[in-house]
Amino acid sequence: MLNEGGKQHVNPKLTRRRFIKGVIASGAAATTTGAWYSATGQDRPSGFVERLIRLNVNGQTRSVDVEPQETLASTLRYKLGLTGTKLGCNRGECGACTVLVDDTPTYACSVLTHSMKSGRIETVEGLESANGDLHPVQQAFVEELSPQCGYCTPGQVMSAVGLLRANPNPTREEARLAMAGNICRCGSYDSYLDGVMRATELIG
Amino acid sequence: MAYMHIGKDFTPPDVPGKVTGRIKYAEDYTREGMVYARLLTSPIPHARVVDIDASEALAMEGVLGMLTADDVYPDGEPQSTGLKMLTNEPTLVGEPILAVAAVDEKTAETAISKISVTFERLPFVLDPLDSLQPGGADAYNGGNTFVFRQGFAVEKWSADQVASFRAGNEPTAEPQQTVAYGDLEAGFGESSYVYEGTFTNAGYPHHSMEPRSALAYWEDGKLYLHGGSQSLTAFADGIAGVIGVPKEDLVFVNAATGGGFGQRARAGSIPVYGVPAKLSQKINRPVMMRVTREEEFTIGGARQGLTGWIKVGFKPDGVMAACDLWIVSDNGGKGGGADAYSAADCISVLYQADAVRFRGTAIGTNTAHRGAQRGPGQNQIAPIISPILDVAADELGISRFDMRKINTPMTGDVGGPQRTPFTSAYMPEALELAAEQFGWDERQSRRRQTNGSKVIGLGIGQGYHNAGRSGMDGIVMMGPDGRLKIHNGVGNLGTYSYASTSRAAAEVLKMPWERVDIITGRTDLHLPITSPQDGSNSIFTNTRAFYGAAQDMLAKIKEIAANDLGGTADEYDISNERVHQIADESVGMTFAEVASRAIQLGGKYTGSADLPEELAEWTQISVSRLAGTGFMGVFHDSIHEGNPPGFTVSCIEIELDKETGKYEILDLINVAESGTIMHPKGMENQLVGGAVWGIGLSGYERHLYDPQNGMPASTGYWQSKVPTYLDTPVKIGTGWVDLPDPENPVGARGVGEPAQGSVSAALTAAITDALDGHIFGASPITADMIINHVAGTSEDSVPLAQNNFRG
Repeated sequence: MLNEGGKQHVNPKLTRRRFIKGVIASGAAATTTGAWYSATGQDRPSGFVERLIRLNVNGQTRSVDVEPQETLASTLRYKLGLTGTKLGCNRGECGACTVLVDDTPTYACSVLTHSMKSGRIETVEGLESANGDLHPVQQAFVEELSPQCGYCTPGQVMSAVGLLRANPNPTREEARLAMAGNICRCGSYDSYLDGVMRATELIG
Repeated sequence: MAYMHIGKDFTPPDVPGKVTGRIKYAEDYTREGMVYARLLTSPIPHARVVDIDASEALAMEGVLGMLTADDVYPDGEPQSTGLKMLTNEPTLVGEPILAVAAVDEKTAETAISKISVTFERLPFVLDPLDSLQPGGADAYNGGNTFVFRQGFAVEKWSADQVASFRAGNEPTAEPQQTVAYGDLEAGFGESSYVYEGTFTNAGYPHHSMEPRSALAYWEDGKLYLHGGSQSLTAFADGIAGVIGVPKEDLVFVNAATGGGFGQRARAGSIPVYGVPAKLSQKINRPVMMRVTREEEFTIGGARQGLTGWIKVGFKPDGVMAACDLWIVSDNGGKGGGADAYSAADCISVLYQADAVRFRGTAIGTNTAHRGAQRGPGQNQIAPIISPILDVAADELGISRFDMRKINTPMTGDVGGPQRTPFTSAYMPEALELAAEQFGWDERQSRRRQTNGSKVIGLGIGQGYHNAGRSGMDGIVMMGPDGRLKIHNGVGNLGTYSYASTSRAAAEVLKMPWERVDIITGRTDLHLPITSPQDGSNSIFTNTRAFYGAAQDMLAKIKEIAANDLGGTADEYDISNERVHQIADESVGMTFAEVASRAIQLGGKYTGSADLPEELAEWTQISVSRLAGTGFMGVFHDSIHEGNPPGFTVSCIEIELDKETGKYEILDLINVAESGTIMHPKGMENQLVGGAVWGIGLSGYERHLYDPQNGMPASTGYWQSKVPTYLDTPVKIGTGWVDLPDPENPVGARGVGEPAQGSVSAALTAAITDALDGHIFGASPITADMIINHVAGTSEDSVPLAQNNFRG
């Protein structure tokens, strides 16, 4: 069930269904019951798939050794040390792993890293300014005490940043729709929406 | 009272780390030489392991070792219910059998796939009533129930008794537990409206977002365990015993926890942390055990399902005269809790019934591990009882709001079968505030208004949980820099209670918040014992302990000043980080000077002598390690009297579509009555979060198991559906009463759990209202149940089955 070959060509905005189809077509299977962990493996050459690739992450070019079936979430967390991106379900249900790819909120657990070679990837670690100032969404989430346990927060932050880039002045209802792919088990939705609306004020 | 910190908003110190991703959860850590563990879990619901052949796996390159139940329980597995680290006697699908460590997870997982486990398949059961049938399967090896201090037992009813209960009648079997007060018969005799019927609450998973991954390693004889817990020192204190490591040799690292909701409060809920700990000890490498969503579903806990019969009588004036409750609890595969009793307790407290009888029997099923989940029992009964009150109100010609006021608890009342007095109870004020803020009276004209297939429903609900304990310890420290250090073992669950409770100590010493450090996040920072952070208790319990520790420091500050500057301690006061004479403020010392002097003096001023005798063992270890390192205030709390309640009141307006069975929540308000408010924004978070949980309880969340094979079918977020942004209102209203409780030094009590119950009660009441008073007697009420009711089919109320496919 482990993929040792097969080249991936997957649209960065692919859906979970298309992701699965792509994986099946390549002979890979990234399941949640354990085999996905193989995505973190460091050993074995893998046939004709290029392993050492370059990724544009948070404005920097990062060279990284990536297996064919490796998800972007695994690469970010376990290869690049960007542990702000969380794994809650690892199957496209919860949104804790949301990152931006070319400004579009994307579940990092549900895209293959090899499909991201041409994308501009942003994680929660890349939002602060060079002088350490928080991004307005982060600042607003602090002011409104949006997080509770905080595990979903990086994903919520990235969805909100994606929303405000596409629509700097959303209504609360529009924000609710845009954030709908991010579950908060603590139920802090109301506080996150307060945060998004506060962020629109901070951005001006 | 004018406070410096209490009741004021502030930014808890961990919040920036949460929005930047910098704060670390257990799985975010790495350690040089770290290897990976994977679990092999039971594929069948009830079995006995006959043989494990791991020869091929262990011969693989990169595989470092294996851990089985025989390793962790060399003297045999505990013969009781409750989760185990590993087991050879699985009683649910997904229970961990063994673990393999390897250089990477790919290798570990491949090794797992090469292990051959021979199981003896045993009969399984998914519903407690099926197990009670003559010849019904028993979930455990040794019976279908576990009797405290006696062991496993078999409990069976006659086929007629089970059938009669399923048909909606009062159970006639002998209950395991009976608790009662008052004259039940007289109460029903005085009643002019009596409701009688059965109900069922589906169990459902906690589904904390952070799976319970953990990293463990040993250094210099000490175990370093990185995990997630609701509590910090209380959890560490317990997990040391589970793993078998002396308390002084355990360092528990837990800066943040990705959700708990009752299943990460105590060590018994997460014995699986023993797996990386013991594997690490065995192979002498740091071991990271990552846990998947499915594994989290299985061992991450679930709410107890309840199947019950209820009879409630109301006098002509609306007073609840009697409530008779008979509940069969689903204890799942690993034993459960006391939810059913708490349900009866809740009715007694919230509605002050003249007479209450509770009868209960708890039966195991081969389903997920059950344990305390947000308002265990109180919150299952909330959506059951609220519609009954409404129908009674309509029958008696009393407004639904007045029905609550007539039966309200208040200061001076007692509650529960033990007839415990409240420390205070401002429920009447909460009812009035909720009604006023929501515009309850004004909205009555919209009640049951129709618009095509849509109809308006209005609901009001109340929530309760006992919200406070006592008897814990507090430590505060100060060094020559004069900063106040509050050693806090509460744990970072996301309620920010660890920070809010610290404010009580800052308040006593009138310390500016920016001059306060909260020492927490890992136990080698020497933290006092606290109560587990469950049962909505943290605010009440730990403000008492930290307030006391700061009072101890304050008394010592004044003693030192009197000693050095003359006079007596009571002639001194503090302000602006100085202690000074009341008569002449120019005569004084800065706190920094006092701290330096205290360190010179030593003895009781630095924790080296005259310690409270009652300090817990854990606290004693911490104090002994801090002794002599700084100026110390230390305190052991006494035991309070009475029941400090946490109350909430909620009002909801919905628009229910009879064609689709779906409804939109048009408006929702959740109001708290939990004494003095410590942290308004934190309170708001509990109220909106509890509201979302209430929506899930009433409308969505449930276990589903395949009855043929016992396989869980709701392991994910969309199967046991957690409410999303789109299932909740675009804005949730909140409010609070903010009156002090006399048993807490700053007047505060907790609120986390009732915040769910009242919303569930109000939402279910609103659904009932929209459907002209139809009582489903169930949680959740799903769209198909509503459609079936509207269509007039017989399947509107589900059969008394908790974990099976319905219909």
